Amino acid sequence: MSNQNTELLRFTTAGSVDDGKSTLIGRMLYDSKSIFQDQYDQIKEVSEKRGEEGVNLALLTDGLRSEREQGITIDVAYRYFATPKRKFIIADTPGHIQYTRNMVTGASTANVALILVDARNGVVEQTKRHAIIASLLQIPHLVVCINKMDLVDYDEETYNQIQDDFEKFAAKLDVTDVHYIPISALMGDNVVHRSEKTKWYEGPTLMYYLENVHIASDHNFIDSRFPIQYVIRPYTDEFHDYRGYAGRMAGGVLKVGDEVTLLPSGFSTKISQIQGPAGDQEECFPPESVSILLEDDYDLSRGDMIVRANNQPEVTQDIEIMLVWFDQSAPLRLNGKYTVMHTTKQARCIVKDIRYKLDINTLHRDQEDLEIKMNDVARVVLRTTKPLFVDSYRKNRITGSMILVDEGTNNTVGAGMVI
Amino acid sequence: MDYSLSHIKELESESIFVLREVAAQFENPVLMFSGGKDSILMVYLAYKAFYPAKIPFPLLHIDTGHNFPETIKYRDDLVEKYGAKLIVGSVQDAIDKKLVVEETGYNASRNSLQTAVLLESLENGKFDAALGGARRDEEKARAKERFFSHRDEFGQWDPKNQRPELWNLFNGNCRIGEHFRIFPISNWTELDVWQYLAYEKVELPSLYFAHEREVLERDGILLADCDYIRKRPEEKTYKATVRCRTIGDMTCTGVWKSDASNVEDIIEEIATTRLTERGGRTDDKRSETSMEDRKKQGYF
Repeated sequence: MSNQNTELLRFTTAGSVDDGKSTLIGRMLYDSKSIFQDQYDQIKEVSEKRGEEGVNLALLTDGLRSEREQGITIDVAYRYFATPKRKFIIADTPGHIQYTRNMVTGASTANVALILVDARNGVVEQTKRHAIIASLLQIPHLVVCINKMDLVDYDEETYNQIQDDFEKFAAKLDVTDVHYIPISALMGDNVVHRSEKTKWYEGPTLMYYLENVHIASDHNFIDSRFPIQYVIRPYTDEFHDYRGYAGRMAGGVLKVGDEVTLLPSGFSTKISQIQGPAGDQEECFPPESVSILLEDDYDLSRGDMIVRANNQPEVTQDIEIMLVWFDQSAPLRLNGKYTVMHTTKQARCIVKDIRYKLDINTLHRDQEDLEIKMNDVARVVLRTTKPLFVDSYRKNRITGSMILVDEGTNNTVGAGMVI
Repeated sequence: MDYSLSHIKELESESIFVLREVAAQFENPVLMFSGGKDSILMVYLAYKAFYPAKIPFPLLHIDTGHNFPETIKYRDDLVEKYGAKLIVGSVQDAIDKKLVVEETGYNASRNSLQTAVLLESLENGKFDAALGGARRDEEKARAKERFFSHRDEFGQWDPKNQRPELWNLFNGNCRIGEHFRIFPISNWTELDVWQYLAYEKVELPSLYFAHEREVLERDGILLADCDYIRKRPEEKTYKATVRCRTIGDMTCTGVWKSDASNVEDIIEEIATTRLTERGGRTDDKRSETSMEDRKKQGYF
């Protein structure tokens, strides 16, 4: 447990009241010994007070007063646990369609998505919706957990049928790495411990999968992108001419001595020094936060980008995106103006066109009803006041993503992924 | 070449990114400093984020007057070491000026009075962003907290209407009079904090390490004996070897029987313990959702 050289894996779960999601999380925390005694005692006491049978593990994840009262998860809750191999962050989100925006939020930084299927019901609308969101947000790895196997007598046929159904559906999506695991969260089968009752299943347990799935290449290490976040100028005698461009690597690798191009000016220079949290370093890669010093004195500021001459993002004011709408008070306005935040840059934009609305249960493209309300997904065209330096979201989840902000309320009203 | 970061280096990078984002997006940020290990970590990360420049915002300490003396000494040394600016908001002053009323009784604590003094200090300083060392693993209401957490003009938190937070994009836009609470170490666990502080060899207050002191037991929690705690006639003090897992007011911070005298021992202890660190905080035990209720009012 005290090993500090472990990787960090972020995964997301989505599910509704009865599909066993909370039980699964409770099971992972409990079997990996990540629930503390006082937490356990507290939920036990609350369960008894409410007259529930046994200890309700869902209470571990439902934190807010209204959630406890209504017995539902409203918001994204973050949970943490560690095994000797990895540290895990769970973004636990509600699965109902009215919480699409929470699922999208949880999915935006995830390496792995867990999709729960009730073995008795098979692939249903909600399963498809979760898979579509995972595909839209480009979560690199999907695990389909076929849950409640205890209620179908651990039947191999049932499991195979669900896998076939999901595969057929997934063929229409942009997902490459999908795994299937038969589990019972309630009984603990194939969650942390291998089940005796599914001898026909030869794959890993869920925990083994999460501990071993290869995530090191989930970042883009090819296309060098360094959005400037903040300029460090000490103004002291010792560091009189020091000018460090602080930021977090968004793609590729940069080394001391590399020839680089500055955007938007297009000027070229070389990297003279890279400073990380531990001092000077020879190179930097995502997701490191560093300061880059350049040989020549150009006046760069927040929102500018350091890239390579022969590999540049698109510099454009016309951007086509898949947009998820979050605002409950108003629909997306065609020709409306919004603030757009992209990497470290902020600009204004106008919504030029709404191409279609995507039904996230069926993938149907609706070109008739173009009213985009909360939780709707649409393909739209934006025109920005100044050029943004973008990549397609498929290529880079950082330089390919943006949020829209309402200029009146300052609320985050939409999330966009560059096509 | 293997391009991967260990989990604590990735958390460090994420926190530095958030700290820089605050300096870039806000006019007048402030770092809330309590003297505990989490706020010590925050100061250390801020130092790294802006090196070789100085930390571009002041530290704000809400002094209840019931601090452990060791905390005040450590605070003053730290401020000098990093050349930081310190602002102190005093609960004693607020009591003297009759802005707040002190609780009475055996379990009297100045914990809830901090909120009023904190909000007043933020208002006086015209701060538009207050950085705090809260972590999501600490408590169930904090598990739903954003990195950038919006507060209205009364400093209140509306947990059901929070801004969605996606990718690396933090929306700090707000109206005049509103402010943000910002939590750069949201994703760290208690164990991560200790592993990092050990790895970086950061000097820590002596209270975290096992030492002998007079203690008394109340409602199953050990408290360090001091003049601020009104003892019941049947409560007897005795000597014990203890350490703090969190540092707050002497009136509500439990101490733990422990022989952990260095960081390695502490990591070992945390990795095998079956109790959460806030299990020793009497202020959290007032009701099932006491943290959420206090947070809505503007508590840290």
